[in-house]
Amino acid sequence: MTKGKDLTIAYDPWHPLTQLTPARIALGRAGTSIPTRANLDFQLAHALARDAVHIPLDFDALKQSLYNTGYMSQLLQSQAESQAQYLQRPDYGRCLSKPSIQKLTEQKKITIDIVIVIADGLSSKAIANHALTFLQYLVPSLTKANYQLAPISLVKHGRVAIGDPIAEHYNAPLCITLIGERPGLSSPDSMGIYFTYQAKANISTDADRNCISNIHANGLSYEHALKKLLYLINQAEKLKLSGVALKDETTESNINTNIERFDSTRFHL
Amino acid sequence: MYKTSAQHLSYNFKTLANVMAKATPARSGDYLAGVAASNHLERVAAQYALADVPLKQFLTEALVPYEIDEVTRLIIDEHDNNAFALISHFTVGDFRNWLLSEDATTDKLTALAPGLTPEMVAAVSKIMRLQDLILVAKKCRVITQFRNTIGLENRLSTRLQPNHPTDNAAGVAASIVDGLLYGCGDAVIGINPASDNLEATARLLHLLNDVIERYNIPTQACILAHVTTTIKAIEQNVPVDLVFQSIAGTQKANESFGINLNLLNEAHQAALALKRGTVGHNCMYFETGQGSALSANAHHGLDQQTCEARAYAVARKFKPLLVNTVVGFIGPEYLYDGKQIIRAGLEDHFCGKLLGLPMGCDICYTNHAEADQDDMDLLLSSFAMAGGSFIMGIPGADDVMLNYQSTSFHDALYIRQALGLRPAPEFEAWLIEHDIFNAHNQLKPLTEMPALFKGSLQKLSGASND
Repeated sequence: MTKGKDLTIAYDPWHPLTQLTPARIALGRAGTSIPTRANLDFQLAHALARDAVHIPLDFDALKQSLYNTGYMSQLLQSQAESQAQYLQRPDYGRCLSKPSIQKLTEQKKITIDIVIVIADGLSSKAIANHALTFLQYLVPSLTKANYQLAPISLVKHGRVAIGDPIAEHYNAPLCITLIGERPGLSSPDSMGIYFTYQAKANISTDADRNCISNIHANGLSYEHALKKLLYLINQAEKLKLSGVALKDETTESNINTNIERFDSTRFHL
Repeated sequence: MYKTSAQHLSYNFKTLANVMAKATPARSGDYLAGVAASNHLERVAAQYALADVPLKQFLTEALVPYEIDEVTRLIIDEHDNNAFALISHFTVGDFRNWLLSEDATTDKLTALAPGLTPEMVAAVSKIMRLQDLILVAKKCRVITQFRNTIGLENRLSTRLQPNHPTDNAAGVAASIVDGLLYGCGDAVIGINPASDNLEATARLLHLLNDVIERYNIPTQACILAHVTTTIKAIEQNVPVDLVFQSIAGTQKANESFGINLNLLNEAHQAALALKRGTVGHNCMYFETGQGSALSANAHHGLDQQTCEARAYAVARKFKPLLVNTVVGFIGPEYLYDGKQIIRAGLEDHFCGKLLGLPMGCDICYTNHAEADQDDMDLLLSSFAMAGGSFIMGIPGADDVMLNYQSTSFHDALYIRQALGLRPAPEFEAWLIEHDIFNAHNQLKPLTEMPALFKGSLQKLSGASND
């Protein structure tokens, strides 16, 4: 490939728009196909994302850094015994392993309002990069409002529903699960938050959950995610439910972030 | 009891559901459900047994009980016996032979559609090779209309999918400009919102409505929010063209999506009442995908492909403009690799088309599946050969919101060039009028922005320098 202006491809005159989105726009074309450089850039991103799926999360390090921040946590595991099994058996990823159940039942019963669960999911990088910082926003807000929190559960090979048996164990009305989302080419470290009211193993379904997704450097900010989550918690307690019946009606005007720069006036092309 | 013997071994299959599941070509989701054949020989034995099943049997042996499942009730209650008469004497094996014969013409297949149940078409697909699925589907013609005409012969439409991680309006707009200038967007300009939020959905609907009106584009808009959010938007007089919903093939799976047939009907009626279509009134957009029922633990012991075909019964009740099987999105626990994804995409297209649906395919994969761009190229090429109605168009094939890879604007141009497929006629005329395409279905060379978009580019570029 030659450096500088490549005479073998057609450039798109709307290239300045690339500033506005992480999407792969204005790639130009070779004939009508993807130019060589853009094609290789794609393959590189795919290679990075593929590798991200298979890098294990360092749970011990996470536990230690939570401890250093003043948060108690416990290590649990789903019934999936390996990453390969985790990928092919989501049913295992939704249930706690026998030793983990044992660990929970051995604890003294206390009254808990909110269970926070952190699962590696499909991107260990998401949790490694975002979980602790987000908790530093979330936990003070919750304790200020006098919620009783269980020790934070760190679950290896966990799916979203792994929060259900944990919340059920503590008889906690509110369950918040932070999980690594499927890595995308442009965001190998995207974190999602799932919120369930009265979570129960084998009873709660996806329709009972609210999801706040795309938390990463170029996605939703921690502040914005926190506001959405606190709104959901408030509404869930009022309405005694979560999921599709609980609409996220947070308007952009009462969320003070600079993400939506074009909110005030409807944007015209 | 269904019996067969192969290689001196005799096989007994207790129920029709067992035969169907064990006859299904191998895929990870059926192993996950514990319904798959335990080895190759058992699979072929089940295929022999299935080939001998009379089609009539599907009308008396419901795979999910009639009493507990409204999708079964829909299938049985609305089955058209007169249409079925043409093939009512066939076994599944005969049905395959007939579908491939010259006697099965486009007209006959169109007339037959209301006489077919999802289970019949799922069954026959299980004993068909990919070339059979392609050849028969190609004979089906399903034409739908809202502001343009989708599904005509030698046409392929595209959904422009300008997703953005935070639904940022300028970011969305930038991807729309990119897509339109690459000739995409005649199936729909459809955005998956980052969160299912009424205010955001309404804002995006206004944005798309403004674009379509300002540039007079013969296409339709859709925000892929939950149907209840869209109903609320309609109530608040937000401009809604198409109502979107993900659907599945059992009542319980639909419940896990927070929907039922009544709710879909309510949404359908609300959208129809808006009368926003200009050339037609197909105003629903459904998405499906193998594995969704199992994922909700609502598969009733069926294989995932049969569950998927049952979702098409739900879809056809509401005369949709578009039905999209999002084939590789669900992940490797249901479709493990490129081979399984390719077959599933062609099965879904075949089953949907036979049942009379405007089938498109989100030809896609996730980063935890054993698949790559080469697999997508194979599915894209064979899907288009089969006469698929529409595909996705996403900048550079990379969806930066949903974190998966689908087909790009460039991919659409590749298949137009390779197979001579044009966009919907109304949209093609618009592309030619605005100097984006020439009269030979080709992109025109551009050294500067077309006049139409010059002002917008300046505005958007200004936005990026703020």
